[in-house]
Amino acid sequence: MQRQPPVIAIDNLTKTYDGRAGQVVALSNVSLEISPGEFISLIGPSGCGKSTLMRLIGDLTQPSTGSITIKGKTPTRARQDRDYGIVFQAPVLYDWRTVQRNVELPLEIMGQGRSERGRRSAEMLKLVGLSEFDQAYPRQLSGGMQQRVAIARALVFAPSILLMDEPFGALDELTRERMQGELLDIWARTNATVIFVTHSIPEAVFLSDRVVVMSPRPGRIEAIIPIDLPRPRDTLTREDPHFFALATEVRERLRHS
Amino acid sequence: MSDDLILQGHDAPVISRRVQPMLRDSRIFAVIVLIVVIIVLWEGAKLLFHLPDRKLPHIGSILGEFASRTQGGSGPFWGVLMLNNAAATLGEALTGFILGGILGCLLAVVFTASPLLERGLLPYVVGSQLVPILAVAPMVVIGMGHLGAPDWLSKAIIAAYLTFFPVTIGMSRGLRAVPRDALPLMRSYAASGLQIFWKLRLPASLPYLFTALKISATASIIGSIIGELPVGAARGIGVVVVNAAQYYNSRPQNLWAAVLVASLLGLCFYGAVVLAERLIVGPQAQA
Repeated sequence: MQRQPPVIAIDNLTKTYDGRAGQVVALSNVSLEISPGEFISLIGPSGCGKSTLMRLIGDLTQPSTGSITIKGKTPTRARQDRDYGIVFQAPVLYDWRTVQRNVELPLEIMGQGRSERGRRSAEMLKLVGLSEFDQAYPRQLSGGMQQRVAIARALVFAPSILLMDEPFGALDELTRERMQGELLDIWARTNATVIFVTHSIPEAVFLSDRVVVMSPRPGRIEAIIPIDLPRPRDTLTREDPHFFALATEVRERLRHS
Repeated sequence: MSDDLILQGHDAPVISRRVQPMLRDSRIFAVIVLIVVIIVLWEGAKLLFHLPDRKLPHIGSILGEFASRTQGGSGPFWGVLMLNNAAATLGEALTGFILGGILGCLLAVVFTASPLLERGLLPYVVGSQLVPILAVAPMVVIGMGHLGAPDWLSKAIIAAYLTFFPVTIGMSRGLRAVPRDALPLMRSYAASGLQIFWKLRLPASLPYLFTALKISATASIIGSIIGELPVGAARGIGVVVVNAAQYYNSRPQNLWAAVLVASLLGLCFYGAVVLAERLIVGPQAQA
């Protein structure tokens, strides 16, 4: 992969919490550079700090020491510039808004006009395949559909960085695989850099350009495994022996962590 | 991406639409059955235990009271008189409900914005509800009278006194009842505090607000009736109740009729709040 200036540069990052039993080190000496348009997965067992790392990048929490630079800016500046689209494990849709108005929420907050909002949300709903459901309410949709709405909402203002915290964690296996394929399609049509938190090995391997394996107590980076599977990837990719080899490599690194 | 689209997207609303008319029929049926059961139990108890009219008048004579005339047969119908007084009470209660609702919401917003103020003021808010309202009511009525306020206003203030508390508690809870991760989400959009309030906290609180308003609706009726009890009040269902109580031995059905009107008044107010909830919160958020 050719080296471009990183979109995200993480330098010697440490994050500690004041827990009940004294200080808890959530992340220790984490350094990582991420290129524009890269798809990065953070994988590791519970307590390895992968979600914390994602939240630090997204300026949802502050580092104890070390620094994060986003396109040459601080994370706070990047957040104020609306560089981040975030998808959580729960869809976090507003029950009182229709699907369309949920997707338009960020645009409303950013002060976009009604017609522009309508155009952009229609475009995004088409991208995630929910055009006919624009007037439905979240509770009328299945879990997979709700998460698609959340993805549409995260991308509607064309953020350059997409942060995803186990977005498919609550879905059944089949829906999950389908959503992974769709996410890659959507990602291919945007120029977004993706940080994807997961604890599923096949998910990380299928989606990513690089898999960052993390280990707990204290949370740190164990290994960074490049995934050189050709794109576009599809169901056949999952049956490729090289896919299994890479998954095995990730699994080994996780076990040694 | 097809099967989960079909299964859960459209079926649910269709089913509920089909079931609705049946449901309505069975509800009307249930109401009729309940009324019949009450009549049978009432008249049965009267017959079985030989209860005199002084203890339990016939249902017929209570209902007949509305059609009889006041002032020994020369005045207007009791039904008209009671409705007039009920209207006065409803006006007071409604004013108090609105005043108390606004005060309750304001306090909840202040409490949510400042935990320090909440810790300081909440004990007084709770304490205000522990003072017997029967003791407060005459003070307010007399005090307001000295200030030259109209009669109805002092009763509305007593109604507001009972109304604001459930709203403060319910709304405080509601403003904090935002979905998990909704605040980080708003933060990622760099939303302002005001935007978070209007687009997230306020709509998320509405189901809680309406639960509180249902309690407040009945409490505000009680509040204005209690405000009407002190001597000197001219109108209101409370005045009718006090008068009827004085003549209870000779005309028990009159008090029962007045109580019936007061209950129906509370029921109507409650129903209006339920209706407003359906219109504003909508069915999508209630499921």
